[in-house]
Amino acid sequence: MIEIDCRDLPCPRPVIELAKALPEVPVGGRIAVVARDPAARYDVPAWCRMRGQAYVGEELADDGVPRYVVERLS
Amino acid sequence: MVSSTPEVYLDSASAERLHPAARETLLAALERGYADPRRLHGPGRDARLIVDNARAVVAECLGVAPDEVGFTSSGTEAVHRGLLGLTAATGRYGIVHSAVEHSSVLHAAQWRDSPAHVSVAVDTLGHVDLAAMAAAAREPGVGAVALQAANQEVGTLQRVDELDLPAGVPLLVDAAAAFGHVPLPRRWDALAASAHKWGGPAGVGVLAVRRGTRWTTPFPGDDGLDQPGFPNVPAALAAAAALQAVVAEQAEVGARLSVLVDRIRSAAAALPDVEVVGDPAHRLPHLVTFSALYVSGDEIVNELARRGFGVASGSACTASTLEPSHVLAAMGALTHGNVRVSLSRDTSGEQVDAFCAALGEVVTEIRSRAGVP
Repeated sequence: MIEIDCRDLPCPRPVIELAKALPEVPVGGRIAVVARDPAARYDVPAWCRMRGQAYVGEELADDGVPRYVVERLS
Repeated sequence: MVSSTPEVYLDSASAERLHPAARETLLAALERGYADPRRLHGPGRDARLIVDNARAVVAECLGVAPDEVGFTSSGTEAVHRGLLGLTAATGRYGIVHSAVEHSSVLHAAQWRDSPAHVSVAVDTLGHVDLAAMAAAAREPGVGAVALQAANQEVGTLQRVDELDLPAGVPLLVDAAAAFGHVPLPRRWDALAASAHKWGGPAGVGVLAVRRGTRWTTPFPGDDGLDQPGFPNVPAALAAAAALQAVVAEQAEVGARLSVLVDRIRSAAAALPDVEVVGDPAHRLPHLVTFSALYVSGDEIVNELARRGFGVASGSACTASTLEPSHVLAAMGALTHGNVRVSLSRDTSGEQVDAFCAALGEVVTEIRSRAGVP
């Protein structure tokens, strides 16, 4: 799974980086965004809804930072 | 830092300009309403008459008796005093509220911990789950329920009159965003509002509590609805004058602004990856919110200001906190790139069209700067 490190990026950069990285993900594959930005918790799922991708859920990275997992549908 | 007044003010939901009907009233009341209304001398009686008059006007606009109306220093103060006064009177400190209430309601609930506090979820349009709210209100320890008439950020009207509460659990309706803009719900025991949202001066809140409702002051001071301390007599009368005027023109202004808001809704929705938030029909007539993907809230607000449009945003980067709007989050809406546009009674169609044109340019420009794919 591709993981993008957006730990220190302010909103809306984690979502912009997610959109930029999506073409590298095969359809059916997953990508994770690691971000401290509190808006990412709402904006990654909202991005998935608006862009027709699937939001899988929130996990924690090894250093305890939230990690938002997305599955590419198209 | 350079400050400038926006040429087109589209933020009446934060603070509306003083209504013309309030201006002369305020100036006259400043001359006559300086004394302590509790004193028996002539100037005191003048001040007393002014406060009584203001109270009677607000009561008439609410369809209640004057002794059911109090004045506070703000809408926030009215919510705190109203809600905590209800729980203080019942001795049950649990507060059930929707997830999209104004922060004054959330802060009132946080004032005193209770296992019976419940924040009730809303759907994607911002409507609270009325059945879940009614069920939560039946739990032991609940002393009051708070539900807004209209949402301050997205404009969705709550179906307050359909809420089924058990006997002995009073309802506070926060009408700050709605009063003077739409007919109010009838089903309430206490109601809070704020004059600067309807074109009255800032520093005047209204707290109404219906006769027969158990309410006691939760703070030090007299056990009346009015906030203790010296009242702002002239501002109360100006607030009442503005309210009377906006209620009289409510239907006409609302119909006109609703059409303009629909134009903004269409223009925003036509932009790529822009989502309009809130109920498209069951809403405040003068307010619309949308969020633009890949755009930061402060950038879009600043770029619009540079082009002469003053708007608000619920995005985290524009607020004093890093947390995004709890309203947008609760609705599952995009929290960044958020813009709230709220029109005034004199906003013109030309201004709205110019705003829509500027909006498209600004969103495209910010996205291309950010290298959005």
